[in-house]
Amino acid sequence: MTATALSNVPDAHGRFGAYGGTYVPETLVAALHQLDAAYTEAQHDPAFKHELDALLKNFVGRPTALYEAKRLTAYARERASASHGAHIWLKREDLAHTGAHKINNTMGQALLTKRMGKKRVIAETGAGQHGVATATACAHFGLDCVVYMGAEDVRRQHLNVVRMKMLGAKVVPVEGGSRTLKDATNEAMRDWMASVDDTHYILGSVVGPHPFPKIVRDFQSVIGCETKAQCKGAFGALPDCIVACVGGGSNAAGIMAPFIDDSSVKLIGVEAGGRSQALGDHAAPLTFGSPGVLHGSMSYVLQDTDGQTATVHSISAGLDYPGVGPEHAYWHDAKRVSYTSIDDNEALDALVLLARMEGVLCALETAHAVAHAVSVAAQMPRNHHLVICCSGRGDKDVNEAARLLEARS
Amino acid sequence: MTTTRSGALRLESIFSDLRAHGRKALMPFIVGGHPTIECMPDLLCALDANGASAIEVGIPFSDPIADGPVIASAMHDAIECGVTPAKVLDAIARARPRLSCAIIAMVSVSIVQRLGTHKFIALARDAGVDGFIFPDAPLEEADELSAAAAAAGLSSSLLIAPTTPPDRAARIAQACTGFVYMLARRGITGATGAAQHTNLAQRIAHIRSATPLPIACGFGIATAADVRNVVHAAGADAAIVGTALVDALRDTASPISAAETLMRQLSAGLHP
Repeated sequence: MTATALSNVPDAHGRFGAYGGTYVPETLVAALHQLDAAYTEAQHDPAFKHELDALLKNFVGRPTALYEAKRLTAYARERASASHGAHIWLKREDLAHTGAHKINNTMGQALLTKRMGKKRVIAETGAGQHGVATATACAHFGLDCVVYMGAEDVRRQHLNVVRMKMLGAKVVPVEGGSRTLKDATNEAMRDWMASVDDTHYILGSVVGPHPFPKIVRDFQSVIGCETKAQCKGAFGALPDCIVACVGGGSNAAGIMAPFIDDSSVKLIGVEAGGRSQALGDHAAPLTFGSPGVLHGSMSYVLQDTDGQTATVHSISAGLDYPGVGPEHAYWHDAKRVSYTSIDDNEALDALVLLARMEGVLCALETAHAVAHAVSVAAQMPRNHHLVICCSGRGDKDVNEAARLLEARS
Repeated sequence: MTTTRSGALRLESIFSDLRAHGRKALMPFIVGGHPTIECMPDLLCALDANGASAIEVGIPFSDPIADGPVIASAMHDAIECGVTPAKVLDAIARARPRLSCAIIAMVSVSIVQRLGTHKFIALARDAGVDGFIFPDAPLEEADELSAAAAAAGLSSSLLIAPTTPPDRAARIAQACTGFVYMLARRGITGATGAAQHTNLAQRIAHIRSATPLPIACGFGIATAADVRNVVHAAGADAAIVGTALVDALRDTASPISAAETLMRQLSAGLHP
């Protein structure tokens, strides 16, 4: 990596080009400095890496498989011209412990929590996957755990609420605002304003103030590093294209970051197109939004003309967020990653498609990536390889998906 | 005469008058457009007439992470009722000719950034705003905002928290204009959980050694006793009262008289 490489971010101020930064009340600044120092020290401590690697292997179950989705490939080829239809591969983060990539980050941050001598952890969650992964890490390390979750998400992701409680976490439903992920994040930050001395906030995505976007990206980069090695093993080359869903953007950042300087690899992020392109009907800030500040960093956001955060909608609770990580904004403007969106219906169809074609029941979040990947693969030559980040399993979504499918029939 | 000056000069003049007379300041906080946008000009006048040296006006924001439930819900209610930053500035402009106190806008960088820093600051200045607090712009992010405010002749006060290390606190104080905003305690705004002003006197003394600016203290200050504690026991120049006032203005048929009553009670704390 050279000093001018696109991957050489963030700078010391947490800037990814024009994006990122630390837009938080002064009360939190000392904790962010402490976290930055603890993380920098941990990065240079072989014992930290050794402990985390062992946990990822023995507790999380890494490396996760890279699986060739042959029937899905055949499906795409049926919709392609004779010479087209790339091989489709799934990077199986759904097979990680707790059923999604979120655990990669929470185990890392829980280790940092221990290192900072803090005993209590708070987290926000949308789909509940980050909440479950945080509750799991806290149970593993014996840390107190409080998870803030929008009341609407408590309803539609009930299974994960039960799991968090079973794991010993306290789940606090948030009734304010839109009762989803944005409001859960507000409430976690408010908790942290008062509890900052003894509490670490395990932020679940590559969003928020510096150093969170960097730390979460780094802990999630295990996905991309494994993918790179596994592709070389499976077909002796880098993949030609990688597709991942983007809410805050942690699974996408994790699988893409190790490929940023490999210019031959096309990278595509898929946002939640919701029910229409009107503000309030989707959750796709990179597709439809503009630069602004939300939850501590400058990035693309969905706001009204006064700067008030817009309401958002997605079929998927994990993508139902009006902001996106600042590094994605940077990749977007640099045209290194292209971003698009898939609507609620397309995502629901893709969830069913992947389940029936491959026996993989993925999360509604992941289904956005699957939907777009199938059409991209159909446009690529047959000897090319496309990897979908299969970010999570869909058990949490079966009731909601069944309800929506029934309503549609 | 304070009324002949505006912006940072008005603040400077107000605080030097107070100092010359050995007096302390009360700085009430309201949410712009709460309880209604219609009563806001009269509300500002009532606060001014009842002992406010400066009034902080919070521009309603959808995601105020430093605010507790009282101020956050007042902001959400105002937005629901159609209050916008432009309407709040218009209400300030209508009251300004009748006010002798300073007006400080507390506004999220999200709102400033959306309109454009220079444009927002110019509109605020034209409405009669004298200074700013950008609560989510700490030292690292404040340069551009402070420079733009200064260029318009307005002040910019940064926050110092109990969690701020002493050397950083001194640097923050030196980056302020108008006054320094010291948070009396950690946590979000709100009167509950009796304010623990840990080491407040020592923290204020430390800031005094770094800057000649007045020091205003806020967060957890709700009663005359709290005011007295902050300006006399701890030695601050001003006490900021937010949640207690916003709470008093809710669900009352006469917000003006509620404000007058509370201001008279709080003012008692300005005397030793």
